[in-house]
Amino acid sequence: METIAMSQAIAEADTAAPKDTTLIYRQSRWTRLTHWLWAISLFFMLLSGLQIFNARPQLYIGKQSGFGYNNTVFAIGAENTATGPRGYTEIFGHRFDTTGVLGWSGPAGQETSRGFPSWATIPSYYDLGTARVVHFFFAWILTTTLVVWLVASLINGHLRRDLAPRLDDLKRLPQDIVDHAKLRFHHTREYNTLQKMAYGGVLFVLLPLMIITGLAMSPSMNSVLPWLNELLGGRQTARTIHFTVMLLLVGFFIIHIVMILAAGPINELRSIITGWYRTDPPAHDDKPAERSI
Amino acid sequence: MAKFQISRRKFLTSASLGVSGIMLSGCDAFDSQLGMGDGLRSFLENANGLTYRAQRLLAGRDALAPEFSEADIRQPQRPNGVTAPDDDTYKGLLANNFADWRLEVTGLVEKPLSLSREQLQNMPSRTQITRHDCVEGWSCIAKWTGTPLSLVLDQAVVKPEARYVMFHCLDTIDRSLSGEIKYYGTIDLIDARHPQTILAYGVNGKPLPVENGAPLRVRVERQLGYKMPKYLYKIELVDSFANVGGGRGGYWEDNGYDWYGGI
Repeated sequence: METIAMSQAIAEADTAAPKDTTLIYRQSRWTRLTHWLWAISLFFMLLSGLQIFNARPQLYIGKQSGFGYNNTVFAIGAENTATGPRGYTEIFGHRFDTTGVLGWSGPAGQETSRGFPSWATIPSYYDLGTARVVHFFFAWILTTTLVVWLVASLINGHLRRDLAPRLDDLKRLPQDIVDHAKLRFHHTREYNTLQKMAYGGVLFVLLPLMIITGLAMSPSMNSVLPWLNELLGGRQTARTIHFTVMLLLVGFFIIHIVMILAAGPINELRSIITGWYRTDPPAHDDKPAERSI
Repeated sequence: MAKFQISRRKFLTSASLGVSGIMLSGCDAFDSQLGMGDGLRSFLENANGLTYRAQRLLAGRDALAPEFSEADIRQPQRPNGVTAPDDDTYKGLLANNFADWRLEVTGLVEKPLSLSREQLQNMPSRTQITRHDCVEGWSCIAKWTGTPLSLVLDQAVVKPEARYVMFHCLDTIDRSLSGEIKYYGTIDLIDARHPQTILAYGVNGKPLPVENGAPLRVRVERQLGYKMPKYLYKIELVDSFANVGGGRGGYWEDNGYDWYGGI
């Protein structure tokens, strides 16, 4: 059922493209390699990270966790009610019933009290030590990949050519938002404005912030960079930022996948695997200068 | 103008099915490879050694953990792990306020020591307001007073072949087929000689209470809480911990935590 629907969408998306299109070499081997290393790393870091979070499914603001006072901004937990145990999620003091997913979940009859459900964690059972092993291994991969990508992209011009924002990008932004909302895509060599913002935001804001807040939680790194936690508002604030950036990255991932499915998954996947991308034919009804963007 | 469009309904259906397919793939797929000693886990554990070396390189011997002000002490130190040892030996020592308790310093030392609480408290002390970071993720700031471990090591004269300090504790943390497992742990000599590594007998201006490890606990401020054993009674200088417990250097390490708790 699922595969049928998927393949229908794929077939439709890719046959919809007219015949007079051209294949261009769009993604360098560095972009492709680092893209997939990030994909693998982020998958394992997310799922091991949710397991680590489950050891203390609360987030606080400040230098420490309030036990004798309240600085909790987010909490997942379980409680006994008249109708049996229920899972809840509390955001800034507002409580939501999240039984089955957050707080109280598991196979029918074998539910347990856990923050994120077992299908969302590595390992699936509670194991903080192993999750830390997985998390820190991929932290090295992720960070190394980011540095390699940055150096390669500076050298091969990817940064300057494809990601650097230009004045034109700003002018095109309103139209770009409308196009995306209508799932109307232009297949060109260049990234559109929202793509630049999304990729640039992930690579230059979210991932660095993730690495920085991760390091800020390390007691040993605190002795090397004692100002880091003060800058971030304290170790527990750093942990809360780390979690929030995770949510933003998950949001990026979902939109990323949706956009790929909508824009033609075979063409998009080919370009990030082989580098080759099928572009739209030159438009006849627009001024050439505008269509080249 | 060339563009393609698919029906919105078809698109949304396939997109949501695709995403849920990924989510439902399940994360027990890796479970069988992630147990202690399994190939994948052992491979991934190599990163812990890299982290240890990188952080040692960056932090050096003496970089200090951040210290805080009195105003940052906003609550009692949160206890964790064993908070009331049920061991007869411990309860006996507690009954007369640890008058019979001694800290043994043994192993690879020239002069083994047996120190009473008074002897330790008569040595020069250090007081520091530091943040205790639990591996679980929480933090708590408290003021710790104790004897620098380096002074005790100097007094015992550590032999050159010693590589680790092993802490032996009075509390039973677990039971196995071969009997009770007492808490134990190890740190390297760099952390053992770190200026903030103290044998703490006081917290927040008062004698160390039972839940925080009375009569003596370790503070290793550049590592996580599980590296700071409570209910201490023996310090042993060793050149290896391979033959103790599970061979990984501590109770929690034997259960899967990293030996190096600096991250």
